[in-house]
Formats: sequence, C-alpha cells, structure tokens
Amino acid sequence: MVELVGYGLVLGSILTLGAVGLTLIYGIVRFANFGHGDLMTLGAYLALLLTVRIFPALGVLDRRLGSLSFGWVMLVSFVPATLVTGLVAAGTDRLIYRRMRRLGVSPVMLAMASLAMAFILRSLIYILWGPDFHFYTPGLRPMLMLPLGLKLRPDQIFIIVTSWVLVIALYVFLQRTKMGKALRAMADNPDLARITGIPTEQMTTWTWIIGGGMAAAGGILLGIDSQVRPEMGWILLLPLFAAVILGGIGNAYGALVGGLVIGVVQQVSTQWLMPAYKPAVAFAVLILILLFRPRGIFGGS
Amino acid sequence: MSMLGVEGVVSGYGEMEILHDVSIRVERGEVVSIIGPNGAGKSTLMKTIFGLLTAQRGRVLFAGQEITHLPPEQIVRRGLCYVPQEDNVFPSLTVQENLEMGAFIRDDDYRSRIEEVYDLFPDLRDRRGTRVGKLSGGMQQMVALGRALMLDPQMLLLDEPSAGLAPLFVELIFERIRAIKRQGVTFLIVEQNARKALENSDRGYVLVEGRKRLEGRGQAMLADEQIGQLFLGR
Amino acid sequence: MEIIRILHFLAGFAVMASIYAIFALGLNVHWGYTGLFNIGIAGFFAVGAYVSALVTSPLPTGVRADYVQQAIGLNLPFPVGVIAAGLISGLLAIVIGIPTLRLREDYLAIATIGIAETIRRVFNNERWLANGPQGMVGLAQPLADLLPRRYYNFVYLAIVLAVLVVVYMALERGIRSPWGRVLRAIREDEVVAEAAGKDVFRFKMQSLVLGAVIMGLGGALYAHSVRAIQPSVFTPLFGTFIIWVMLILGGSGNNKGAVAGAFIVWGIWSGTGYFIDRVIPVAWAARAPFIRLLVIGLLLVGILLTRPQGILGEEKQVSRMM
Repeated sequence: MVELVGYGLVLGSILTLGAVGLTLIYGIVRFANFGHGDLMTLGAYLALLLTVRIFPALGVLDRRLGSLSFGWVMLVSFVPATLVTGLVAAGTDRLIYRRMRRLGVSPVMLAMASLAMAFILRSLIYILWGPDFHFYTPGLRPMLMLPLGLKLRPDQIFIIVTSWVLVIALYVFLQRTKMGKALRAMADNPDLARITGIPTEQMTTWTWIIGGGMAAAGGILLGIDSQVRPEMGWILLLPLFAAVILGGIGNAYGALVGGLVIGVVQQVSTQWLMPAYKPAVAFAVLILILLFRPRGIFGGS
Repeated sequence: MSMLGVEGVVSGYGEMEILHDVSIRVERGEVVSIIGPNGAGKSTLMKTIFGLLTAQRGRVLFAGQEITHLPPEQIVRRGLCYVPQEDNVFPSLTVQENLEMGAFIRDDDYRSRIEEVYDLFPDLRDRRGTRVGKLSGGMQQMVALGRALMLDPQMLLLDEPSAGLAPLFVELIFERIRAIKRQGVTFLIVEQNARKALENSDRGYVLVEGRKRLEGRGQAMLADEQIGQLFLGR
Repeated sequence: MEIIRILHFLAGFAVMASIYAIFALGLNVHWGYTGLFNIGIAGFFAVGAYVSALVTSPLPTGVRADYVQQAIGLNLPFPVGVIAAGLISGLLAIVIGIPTLRLREDYLAIATIGIAETIRRVFNNERWLANGPQGMVGLAQPLADLLPRRYYNFVYLAIVLAVLVVVYMALERGIRSPWGRVLRAIREDEVVAEAAGKDVFRFKMQSLVLGAVIMGLGGALYAHSVRAIQPSVFTPLFGTFIIWVMLILGGSGNNKGAVAGAFIVWGIWSGTGYFIDRVIPVAWAARAPFIRLLVIGLLLVGILLTRPQGILGEEKQVSRMM
C-alpha cells in the first residue's frame, strides 16, 4: 500500500502540473479547455525531438546526471519545449478562441473548439511521429529503497521535486508579482479588471503561455516516468478535470492538492481494480464532488 | 469648457433603446447627481459615458476631447474613473492588492498615493492585509472608491455608492465624497437615495424613462415640491 | 453491370452515412433542442451496438467456447436486437441522468466523457461480458437471402433508411408539439423556463432518454452493418467527435441539418480516405487516418469561426411558434 501511495504521489505530481495550468486557464477564459491533455503530449514530444534528434544532430554530447535516467540535455530541453508549447497554446487562443469570444459565442462552443484543437494536435503528432511509443532514454531504471518502505526511482524523486518547484514558482508569481495579482484579479472579476484598466487580452495570452508551459512540463515528466505516446495526455483529461473540480475551478492551490489526491486515489484503487480503470476512478471522484460539493473542497469561482 | 459633456446621447442594449437623447454637463470641481426611478436609465448612462456601452447617437466629451467610442481601458488613462454599483471589488484579493490593481497602469511609484488613500479611509489601513470578500458592505464600498482613486483621476463616476449600505455608512461615504471633492475631484453620481444625493450635490438631474426631466441646483431641487413628491417621499 | 457495382458501392456509403445521420438526429435532440452538452455519444453508441449483438447472437458452443466469452446470447431476431438496443440505451440514460442532469453545461460535458470512457473500458476489460478486446464477430445479417449476396448493401440500406425516416418524422412532429416548445424554451433560458413553472429536470430527462434511444438504435444498426465490433471502435473520435462535427456543420437545432451534415462529413471522410490512400506512400499508410482526422478537426474549427450556425442554420419554425 505504501508503494501505491508513493507512486500515486509521483503521478499526482504530474497531474498537478496539468491541473494547475488547466484551472488557471479555466478561471480566466471561463471555459473547459479540452485540449489541455494534448498540450502535455505536445511538450513531451517536443522534448523528444530535442533530446533524440536536434541536440545529437548538433553534435552535442550528453552526460547522465547521477542516477537519473537522463542527462543535462534533457534539462536544457525543458526550456524550449515548455516555451513553444506555451506559445502554441497562446497562438490557438489568439487565432481561434479570441475570435470566437468577439463573436459572442457561448462557453460551450469554445469548449467544443478546444475539443477540436485536441484532435488537431493529436493528429499532427500522429502524422509527424507515428503511433509508436518512444522513450527518452532506453534501458532499465534502478529503484531506490527509501524509508517507510517506499520504493521510488531517482527519476520519480526528480519528478516530485520538479513539480513542487514549478508550483512554488507559480505561487510566488501569483502572490508577489504585479502580473500575477492582475491574473488573480481577472479570475475574480473580469469586468472590473477591464474597468480598472488591466489589459485583459494581454493577460489572457500570458495565462495560456503559463498554463500551456506547465502542461508541457507535466508531459515531459510523464514521458520520463513511462514513455512518450500520442494518447498520453488525452488519457489524463478525466483525472485532470477531476483534480481541477476537486480543488475548485480557478483555484491554483486547490488544483495542487487535487492533483495529488487524484493521483494517490487512482493508484491506491489498483489494489482492488484493474489499472485500466484508473480514469474511471477519477471520474467517480469527480461525480461525487459534483454531487456533494460542486464548488470543490476549497471553493472556486 | 465643461469637465464632462454628454450631448444628445441615444444608447441601449442591442435593439432596445434606453436613453433617448440625453444631454447633461458637469463642470470642473462640481458634484452632480442623477436621480430617478428604477429603470430610468441611470446606470445605462454611466456605462455609456465610460465606454462599456456604445452610444448609438450623440457625443461624450471629457476635458474637451471626444471619448464617445473609446473603450474603458483608454478612458481610464485620461483621468476618468468608474465605480460600478455591484461587483466593484476583487473579493479574493486583499485591501492592499485591490488598491494596487487600481494603480496597475501607473508606471511610477504609487506607494505615496496608497498612503493618501489610506488617509482618506483609515479603517482600510487597519485591514490592508484582509481579503476584501470578508469585509462588510460598507468597507467594500470604501475599497471600491479607494481603488478608483489610485490613478489620481480628475473625475469619478459613481454608480449608486450608497446601495445596500447601513445609514451610518451612507453618511460616511458621502462625507468622504465631500472630502475628495475638496481635493479637487469632480463627481457624477447616480443615486437611488435622492435626498442624500441632492444634499451633497451642487447640481442634479432627474432622469425618467431615458429622458432628462428636470435639472437644477441641489438645494433648490431638495426644496422643490414636485421632486419632493416623486422621490423624496413627501 | 458496372453501374450496379457503382450503385452498390454508393449504397454502402449511404448505409454508413445514414447510420451516422441517426446519431446526429439523436444529438440534435440533446444539444440542438435542449442544450445538453453531451460529449459521451460513444457510450450510447457502444451500448446499443453491444446489446443488439448480445441479443441476436447465440452463446458460443463447442470449440468456439474456448476462445469467445459472452455474458448472454439470446439468438433472437434482428428487430428484437435493435429494439432492445434502444431500450437499454434509454435506461442507461435514466441512470446517467439522475446524478448529472442538474449540473451546469461544462460539468455535464465532463461527466458524459467520463461515462463513455468508463463504458468503453468496462467492455474492454470484462472479458466475460462481450469477449473483451477481441469483441464479437459474425453478427447477424438481417434479410441476408432476400437478394443475391453481392447486392446486400441495397437490402441493408433499405432497412437503415426505414429507421432513419421513422426517426426523422417522429422528431419533426415532436419538435412542433408543446413538448418540443418547452425544450426550446429550456435551451434558450433555463431560469425563465423554471420560473414559468416547467419541471425542467423532467423535460431534460425525457430529452436525454429520447436522444439516447435514437443513438442506441444507431449503434445496433452499426453493429449489424459491420458485423464485428470491438471496444476500440467506440472511441471519442469515431463515436462522438465526428457526430458533433456533422451536427454543427449541418446546423444544430435543425433535423434536416443533422442529416445533411452526416452525409457531407461522411462524404469528406470517405473521400479523403479514397484520395489519400492513393497519394500516400506505403510507409505512411498507418498515418493516413490521422491526416483525415486533421482535416475533420480543421473543418470544425473553420465552421465555428465562420458559420457557427451551420450550413442550414437553426430551424426557424419553432421559434416562430413561440
């Protein structure tokens, strides 16, 4: 059981990165971004492109970092992969969602457009990379024995730490910087933000960059933990929404907790259910929350 | 040249026309109130002036320049700020953060301005770290007003500043408005509480069904029998 | 002779297009009429298909029983299968509707995805139910001997068209009835409808069930058309997304639009399949479906940006009557 909780925390940390980005976007643009899972996938594939093709083609030699399964090239690749994904997300907002907003369509139609984007992104990935699995680095990964009977790989500790670092960075950004406060203000009251003079369209673009970037980071970590495949992000869509709703829509700290909770609950459920049912477990949690505490554990917008 | 000039404005929502040819003016340093029954179009007038609604006909001039088709983001930069009637604060942000948001478009050091606002509303200074959603209605109204003052505006548009407030706070708000007026800010106020509004105004307009019905000096309107019957409950 | 072959091929196209038209009509009841954001069509699709399969197939015997598992095998005639598909699908809608219909739009959407995914995973993992990932094969072909084998598409097309016409006419009647008007009112403004004294939940439930029954019928017709079904068929792409594209392109709130959209999008899907298979190098053959998927996705985005009301737009008739 301890092992399950441990692995649940690893997966939960990955979910958290996706959920925090999703809830930020949800709070600002006010529709469910069904393309969020595929943003995670995009990030993972961009990192793959960089570490397996581009850097080697440039003649860069990689060196493994300690007992991690990857080297410094992967660390460096984080930056462009998350940045490009963020820009892609912002681009789809500028080109598609913003135009639809100006037409005054309902949030449902925006959600439908994001569903279309999910399929578009995924089909591009299928076309460019094919349906097979890929690994960042081949080979076995050794386990570390930790206290309390936890068995985690060094990679997984890296995942948990990275996830926390990014979330803390986001926290500092939202609490201490002018733009972060403006984003929180917009999520609170978009009309008043406009009245106050806050440039809401610009802020929206930044939200997509940040949300998309965090999703990409989550996707890369997922790829490090298991493998890179076209459906990797789409499969997480249900758990991501469960985490977001659990924490309260628009509530970034709620999404943090939500991600970890869903991750652990999903993993613990494999004690009794087949792993294939993990999304169904997340779904069951989601339905329970919607029925009994629809504003989430911490309350949201 | 008036501080604010509204000339022949026709405005509304979609195809529904709410304001039919309304003209008012506000001179520099004045407090002008607009009173009238519900649905008269008072809020619509405010929103049209501030660019949240587009006038279908007519002009809005601020400090001699036409602002008729400008969006709120640009109007705010010219020194005209707006406090809506409802949802006029950021509830999950602290008092301090609400004021900081008010100063968002300033790129100078506005810390002294925040202190000036706290001087006007000392109760807020004690609560600067409190989330505004937890404050009482009267306190929230003070935050709303303070937020609008952060840009050192020349003129303020207030939409029903006393709405939903206890009488103590109503008196307090209007007293603060007088204090801010003394600092040189011009006011256009829309109010349900006609008596309070006229008592504190230099001039007033009566708006009924989207048209200007009466105008006059504040004290004179208070004494007027017609207005008394209609709005002051006499 | 050549002409008959071409017509037979077109009949095959029309069979699938008509089946999807039935799905689109069901979605129109949910979304076009009532404003229910259902992205779990695949769930009703799968249930309809599997119920009909289980009802019309015999239990495996002899050597087959070593390889194939089935929960039930009633070996009943095709019409019974189809009707059962509709009924069970409707029952499923009731079960789903009770906890989810009061949720707001985007929550309902998320819930419907979850339901469809869960259904698919159940069929995939519970081998005892319907043979798990391998699915069921050799499904019954109604009226197989009516015409020579090579003309079977005409026979099945007649069957499918019969169902399509019945569903279409029933919906056209329904939307003009007082019941239909209430649904429209709910879609326009739920709060107002509630204030007017309408039991919004009951109407939404009726709409959910009706749409689900129609989708179940479609699922059954699909199963007996392709004669082999596995859980991997009922994916969000083919079981849900493509139907949404059909309805939005044709015009949601318009039954003619639903049918037209189905034929057009299925035409685009088949057409791109035909051309891409010719143009694409062999090494890329596995990616061909995704190029076509990309086209469909871009098509939907294009429609949403330029003409969100669809080609035919919403039917004005009912709004006039209100």
